[in-house]
Amino acid sequence: MRRSTISLYILILSVILFAPAVCRAEYDVIDITKPFLRKIPLAVPSFKSAIGSGEEKQSSQTAADFLSESLDFTGYFKILDRGSFLFDPARNGVTLTDLNFQNWTVVGAELLVTGYYSLNGDNITIELRLFDTFKARRVLGKKYTGKLSNQRSIILRFCTDVIKYLTGSAGIFGSQIAFVSNGTGNKEIYICAFDGYNPRRLTTNNAITLFPAWSSDSKWLAFTSYKDGNPDLYIRDLANARESKLSKQGINITPAWAPGKFELAATLSFSGDQEIYLLTGSGKIIKRLTKSRGIDVTPTWSPDGKKIAFVSNRAGSAQVYIKELASGRVNRLTYEGQKNTQPSWSPRGDKIAYTSQIGGEHHIFTIGSDGQNPVQLTYEPRDNEAPTWSPDGSLIAFSSDREGPTRIYVMTAFGTDQRRLLALAGKQTNPKWSMNHLNN
Amino acid sequence: MQKKTWLVIALLLVIAGLLFTVGCQKKAVSQTKAPGPAPATTAPAPKAGQAPVTTAPSGWNLAQNDIYFEFDKSTLTPMAQDTLMRHAAWLRENTNASVTIAGHADDRGTNEYNLALGDRRADSAKAFLVDLGISASRLTTISYGEERPLCMEQTEECWAKNRRDHFVVN
Repeated sequence: MRRSTISLYILILSVILFAPAVCRAEYDVIDITKPFLRKIPLAVPSFKSAIGSGEEKQSSQTAADFLSESLDFTGYFKILDRGSFLFDPARNGVTLTDLNFQNWTVVGAELLVTGYYSLNGDNITIELRLFDTFKARRVLGKKYTGKLSNQRSIILRFCTDVIKYLTGSAGIFGSQIAFVSNGTGNKEIYICAFDGYNPRRLTTNNAITLFPAWSSDSKWLAFTSYKDGNPDLYIRDLANARESKLSKQGINITPAWAPGKFELAATLSFSGDQEIYLLTGSGKIIKRLTKSRGIDVTPTWSPDGKKIAFVSNRAGSAQVYIKELASGRVNRLTYEGQKNTQPSWSPRGDKIAYTSQIGGEHHIFTIGSDGQNPVQLTYEPRDNEAPTWSPDGSLIAFSSDREGPTRIYVMTAFGTDQRRLLALAGKQTNPKWSMNHLNN
Repeated sequence: MQKKTWLVIALLLVIAGLLFTVGCQKKAVSQTKAPGPAPATTAPAPKAGQAPVTTAPSGWNLAQNDIYFEFDKSTLTPMAQDTLMRHAAWLRENTNASVTIAGHADDRGTNEYNLALGDRRADSAKAFLVDLGISASRLTTISYGEERPLCMEQTEECWAKNRRDHFVVN
């Protein structure tokens, strides 16, 4: 809570500080409500190497490629082919005075990133600049010093500044994705970076483990595991792996943290009916949130924490409903499709993604949180499931068996740019995207 | 005349049956396993007219007699009720035995919902056995949802096998 408040202040402050500059630049900032109508052509030429040793050049190329891939991951840009460039900053210079912007506008680039790279032992210094080629001006300039082992986070820090400049949002580069994989023979929870980098196993329960859920500060992960026989709920402190456990008769499943709070909603069935409860962060029941005979499962919070969307079969088939917690009012959200499950509320609040069963297949849809305009985002057979939003609401991760075994995929919030995030042994399912914390 | 009426009725039934088979992708695999619509309540008490099963067949094995459910349903079919009456008879004869009822689902639908569905299926069987006089303290339930399928193929026959309650004598 505290952290998000602070970052909000920083955001407001930076808007105030940079507003005049943005006005002067008259640059069309990316409209995050419909940014994929047109991708911005971006040139990321090879960086200029300070000494030019083989080792330095190789490391510099890795940095330039990673910067290009990371910006490409957002879906906002069309990354231009380096082979088409008329000018080589790696040889001829990377600063405003070195560059003739006509060389870039003529190949179609509207944005240009240049880099100056120096490797000394295991220390690196990187200067990175973002140019608006049509306005012929530098809009960002940063110098970073650090260890070679920190190269990835340095590049992502600059990418975050680029995205913040263009969209006003802190983006996704400090976020992580938790998911379930059965590569060991049991379903266990794994974590990787936003782009699938460095996947590692979190749990060693040697039992079915499901439904990871991040707290807003990404310091806690809740999940369900059968490690003691019953599907119990575990809440893990990621810093020290200490866990609290909620083990009631029946199922203890589908945790979802309340935004900015040390509380979560989850489905318990000890009463003889599957109902959603509000729990403390240590797994004590605060109160019951749903009251309806039948299945109530898979809560997801509105970003203001005032409502939950969830799945219920109260009308006969599984559909998504919204409950306003203060008034207790419940509205049905989905009407089309045989079964609609796995709702995920966008961090921007305006949409809910969900999984719809169509014929023998499952596909990802989004719908307005007012119930308007359901849109199908996936069409590839067979099962596309478990949508989860990136922290800025620009992307959706999901699981799909389109290429064989079920893997984690990513697409934009509008269904474009669908690609596989990673492929591990076994099947990968139930992804959950964390909030953005670049300093983690 | 009467014969003709019967013929018409029979024809209508056949047509209706055909329509149902074609129109419903979740058609029942075999009439013996998942017949007709079941009552809306989760655990209907045994009907008065049904002959009560007072003794279990010799060598009756709970673990070899799963009960099966219709797609997305936790209601007990007449076939399932029949099996449960035999389970109850066996439990009356083996007073020290306690049983774990494991509810399962096929892998259509998503795994959160299916875990809840398996929970309801296990509860349906438990409630039915309690209605038949078996002490609730001898019956525990667990749901595995779609996590432990018996059959791995994507066929209706396979799905029907996976929509089950399995009984384990502890």
